[in-house]
Amino acid sequence: MRVSLTILTAWFSLESALAAPTRSITDSSIEWPSGDQLTRVITLRDYNTRVVVLGTLLLGLATGIIGTFMLLRRRALMGDVVSHATLPGIGLAFIVMTRGGGDGKFLPGLLLGGLLSGLLGMGLVLLIRHSTRLKEDAALGIVLSVFFGFGVALLGVIQKMNLGHAAGLESFIYGKTASMLASDAQRIAVVAAAVALACVFLFKEFEVLCFDPSFAASLGWPVVLLDAAMMGLVVAVTVIGLQAVGLILIIALLIIPPAAARFWTHHLSRMVIISAAIGAASGLVGAGLSALVPRLPAGAIIVVVASSLFFLSMLFGPARGVLVRLLAHYRLENKVGRQHLLRSLYETLEEAGQSPEAVAAPESRGVEISFPLLLAERSWSPRRLRKLLASAQRDGLVERTPDGACRMTGRGREEARRVVRNHRLWEMYLITHADIAPSHVDRDADLVEHVLGPEMTRKLEALVAARYPELRVPPSPHALQHMTGRAGLTSQDRMAVEGRRLKAEG
Amino acid sequence: MEWTSLDTWIVVAGALSAAACALLGNFLIMRRLSMMGDAISHAVLPGLAVGFLLTGSRGGPTLFLGAAIVGVLTALFTEWVLHFGQVEQSASMGVVFTTLFAIGLILIVRAADKVDLDPGCVLYGAIELVPLDTMDIRGWAVPRAVLTLGSVFLLDLAFVLLFYKELRISAFDPELATALGFNAHLLHYLLMTFVAITTVASFESVGSILVIAMLIVPGATASLLTERLHTLLLASVAIAVLSAVAGHAAAITVPGWWGYSDTTTAGGMAVVAGLLFTLAFFFAPRHGIASKFLHRARLSIHITRQDILGLLFRLEEMPSLETRTMSPALLRKVLGAGAMLRWLSLRGLLRAGLVRLDGGGYRLTSTGREEARSLIRSHRLWESYLYQHLHLPADHLHGSAERLEHVTDPVLQRRLSERVERPEIDPHGKRIPS
Repeated sequence: MRVSLTILTAWFSLESALAAPTRSITDSSIEWPSGDQLTRVITLRDYNTRVVVLGTLLLGLATGIIGTFMLLRRRALMGDVVSHATLPGIGLAFIVMTRGGGDGKFLPGLLLGGLLSGLLGMGLVLLIRHSTRLKEDAALGIVLSVFFGFGVALLGVIQKMNLGHAAGLESFIYGKTASMLASDAQRIAVVAAAVALACVFLFKEFEVLCFDPSFAASLGWPVVLLDAAMMGLVVAVTVIGLQAVGLILIIALLIIPPAAARFWTHHLSRMVIISAAIGAASGLVGAGLSALVPRLPAGAIIVVVASSLFFLSMLFGPARGVLVRLLAHYRLENKVGRQHLLRSLYETLEEAGQSPEAVAAPESRGVEISFPLLLAERSWSPRRLRKLLASAQRDGLVERTPDGACRMTGRGREEARRVVRNHRLWEMYLITHADIAPSHVDRDADLVEHVLGPEMTRKLEALVAARYPELRVPPSPHALQHMTGRAGLTSQDRMAVEGRRLKAEG
Repeated sequence: MEWTSLDTWIVVAGALSAAACALLGNFLIMRRLSMMGDAISHAVLPGLAVGFLLTGSRGGPTLFLGAAIVGVLTALFTEWVLHFGQVEQSASMGVVFTTLFAIGLILIVRAADKVDLDPGCVLYGAIELVPLDTMDIRGWAVPRAVLTLGSVFLLDLAFVLLFYKELRISAFDPELATALGFNAHLLHYLLMTFVAITTVASFESVGSILVIAMLIVPGATASLLTERLHTLLLASVAIAVLSAVAGHAAAITVPGWWGYSDTTTAGGMAVVAGLLFTLAFFFAPRHGIASKFLHRARLSIHITRQDILGLLFRLEEMPSLETRTMSPALLRKVLGAGAMLRWLSLRGLLRAGLVRLDGGGYRLTSTGREEARSLIRSHRLWESYLYQHLHLPADHLHGSAERLEHVTDPVLQRRLSERVERPEIDPHGKRIPS
């Protein structure tokens, strides 16, 4: 009786709220556990705590494993649908078993009913998506709400069957996690073991199915069967987990640990392990906390622990975490800024009439360049330019005079020569090979030059060596300001002429 | 069971809530955000909890405000997880709404003693109790829930009418909407606000099951029936209202067929909406499974009939053969069609008087011969055309002409004949019938 009621009502964890023990109205403080309580929970001395912690840990493990494949198969919300869709199956099983004169609360029967209707719901989602113009999300929503509505209607019938258990409904709802029985934990253990074994044996198959189903089909694998196996595991975990943590919370366990694990690695096998670990840790910590502090519903705490882990992973995950990506972005920004600075310094010298050899010669003393001149070179703000100069000075590439002017050091000139060389090589490549107008190459070259590797530079150098054997830095395809003035041509004209010449040669 | 005024009020409340949800749901479906309704209706829990804590009551503007804020936050958080964490949409939705639900649950448990909330009311809804809580308006006792839901429906309607153009453009092409100068993001969050308000208003009276069902199912059903946005909106509202009425009727009658008592109206309404969707799934004029199947079957029969006529005509052309009838066994052998298709086609031909049975074999009637002649003419004209103008090799002509002959009308046939300069024989040396 108790077990069946729990299943039938576990959906509405919300109502659990109302079943909380009565206490003083003004008292909503958290009672902090004593040291003795703490050690009792941590060492799992109580039988009950041991069962609950073990059960939720194993459940988190199982959902973490199978959830990973669901996430990568882009079916994260399928768990949502399955858990709602099991309700009518359970209700029908109850009615059928009662009508057949048997025990309506026979647990394997109820679970079988839930399993079947969960699978049916999943199949219907796929059917609707494939044979109508409705998209996946609508298919999920339809199946979820209609099955759930049907389930509620069946529950309405059951409640009025005068079996006398409607009165007991509320008291069993949220107490489930905390009052998990050894048999429940055993059942979870069996399913968790089955999930783990299936995922180990079918790892390669599931992997290909997640990333490229059509490739799996072309290998001659039974894709539909594999898919069904994967979905079957999800339904099994869901049905078992419903009892333990309730409807919404099992969805959370299917989605959150894998989503968190995604931030830590790019390898599927590691992701599965990390996800299982996060799921297990959430179960362990959540159940432990709920055992320590009264009036904390275990299911909800497990989810909050899991999502805290998720947000930590999202921030600090080394593979795709926000901080890592911000750092990479910041580094690239700095690198690009540094290269822009050096190129501007170099080109200012060129414009001032120095020959490329003189500019680049490491032994010659650098020429001072005033701040306003440099500022006019690119569209950068004074603040940004000052920052770039300071950082370049720290690295010994630039020297600054007290009045704000700067000059490149020998090392700075060497580095500038390399940067300018890369830029112009790339411009040349774009003009001759990618057929881009000379007036456009500067921007494009700007984007690419910073990521030009040594291998690519060597190839381009080979190209250039044939053309300008005497030069260390190729000339710019653009008219630099002083040249335009001297030749009496507009820069547009020069670019066009230069481009045509390069093309004719190439 | 008897229908009373109580039932009428229940149905009115259900229909208003269903219509309000269905109206907004259309835009969720078009933006591929169907599950957002599910997410929001679960995620408003902490908003409700905080509302309870602040006011201590189950109604009132604070509750609406709290729920609306959390509804928008759900959309916002989902967007953040999606954008900053690069987690796919559905997964980020799942992370956000389950977390919010869990937080709401903890809040409510911690504050359980202070909250006067009827168990089950939020998720099942207490639609059966709607007529009991009335307000007096000019001598009429109108249920409070009907007033609330009515105003929410009018609010949603005003929103949709006011922003019809913007909603339509941003539903199909958010980038275009932004390019046209209005903020598609702002509109998205406005829509989420209205979804949240509607969800909360409906929670109180009809429960969340009905909200989720009515946000999605009527809109999805309507989208199988029509292509135009305004008919889609009207159809979805009509389907929602129909589900509400039939759903309540079903809830109080259907369980009685098996000797049970009645059941929850909200569940019944969701089931009826599902049944209506199933009907549309099979029988929608253009997109239904059955309609598509029927259409294909009709086309297959049409083609098989013409193939039979062609075979019989060719048989008559053969000078060496004495007989002008074709035995069923021979027909089965030369016609590459299934038994069912062959039977249906032959029955049609016999009924239309194009073919008759003659001594155990099939034979063309004079009208049948006319039709067959035209068909063969099309076939051979096509062969000539393909040979002369498209330079297909002679052994490739038949297959293409075999397909084209079925879709050639008299005008096309005449043009074709002019283009190939009215030949007497086709490339294979067969006579082209006039």
